[in-house]
Amino acid sequence: MDWQIAPESPIYAQLAQKLRRGIASGLYGPGEKLPPVRELALEAGVNPNTMQRALSELEREGLVFPQRTAGRFVTEDAQLISRARETLAREETRRYFSAMEDLGCSAGEISRLAAEIAKEGHDAGA
Amino acid sequence: MPVLECIELEKSYGRSEALRGVSLKAEGGRILGLLGPNGSGKTTLIKLACGLLQPSGGEIRICGLAPGVETKKIVSLLPDRLSLPGYMSPAALCAMYEDFFEDFDAGRAERLLDELGIDPAQRVRRMSRGTREKVQLILAMSRRARLYLLDEPISGVDPAARDYIISTIMTNYAPDAAVVLSTHLISEAERLLDDVVFLGAGRVVMSGGADELRERSGKSVDALFREVFKC
Repeated sequence: MDWQIAPESPIYAQLAQKLRRGIASGLYGPGEKLPPVRELALEAGVNPNTMQRALSELEREGLVFPQRTAGRFVTEDAQLISRARETLAREETRRYFSAMEDLGCSAGEISRLAAEIAKEGHDAGA
Repeated sequence: MPVLECIELEKSYGRSEALRGVSLKAEGGRILGLLGPNGSGKTTLIKLACGLLQPSGGEIRICGLAPGVETKKIVSLLPDRLSLPGYMSPAALCAMYEDFFEDFDAGRAERLLDELGIDPAQRVRRMSRGTREKVQLILAMSRRARLYLLDEPISGVDPAARDYIISTIMTNYAPDAAVVLSTHLISEAERLLDDVVFLGAGRVVMSGGADELRERSGKSVDALFREVFKC
């Protein structure tokens, strides 16, 4: 996973977001065991307490659950995962729209361009 | 009980006041960044905590005890200057630390030296400044201490070694141990810190959880520091 972190906003919140993405994208599959906190923290280059806090957020949301001694697991609730995925996708789309609006594109233009690029295959121009 | 607690701590050197009533706490399992410009009192505070200086006023406690023989057993110091005798090798230093400190983990020191590719037989005199700093840090982090006092642990090494040192610090303290780390390289330490104390002219200017400060200000700790201590 790419753990790039911006220091301007709370690190735990950014880590939680990355983990949510990991689960939504299937990098961590339903029912899969997550690596231990220390390992994740080391991978991300952050303090274990900060990673712990991020995981607690996900626990609160039900996306992961602790099993007393075995560690932390991803939920098996497919609906919950797809809802999380939907939320992330919406956020991403909103970001896209605001970037396009900054360029002065109208809603119609944005949809037209999105449709065109989807048709070309989005990697074509990149 | 906090691992380190200062209450209205004061320290004067003759007429100059290095600390003017500092109160702070370092809790077990957490890393506290002691951040401040040059001459703000960081090193003085660290020296008081390991009993190298006596306070002029106020109190300082380590696990409830005033600094002394008992606290030296549980406090591991990384000084801000190179203090290793030039004629010794890392192997000899490890043997000495093992004699001195009950909590020294020779196996850990050996592993860390190996991971950094440091020859245990090479004399300190023949090492570069960066390598000496790494050896000092390894010695400090190889104790199973309750309190680690790290005075500028990353200032003298290259950026690649900084990352290694930061991960060494993060992975080598026990859950009940506290780490107090002073630095002016804040952006490098940003991901490492749980809590921060900004020290300016011997006073606490700002303090709190690192993420709470980011949340409140919308800035990195580094940017906040630059704002608070703008010249």
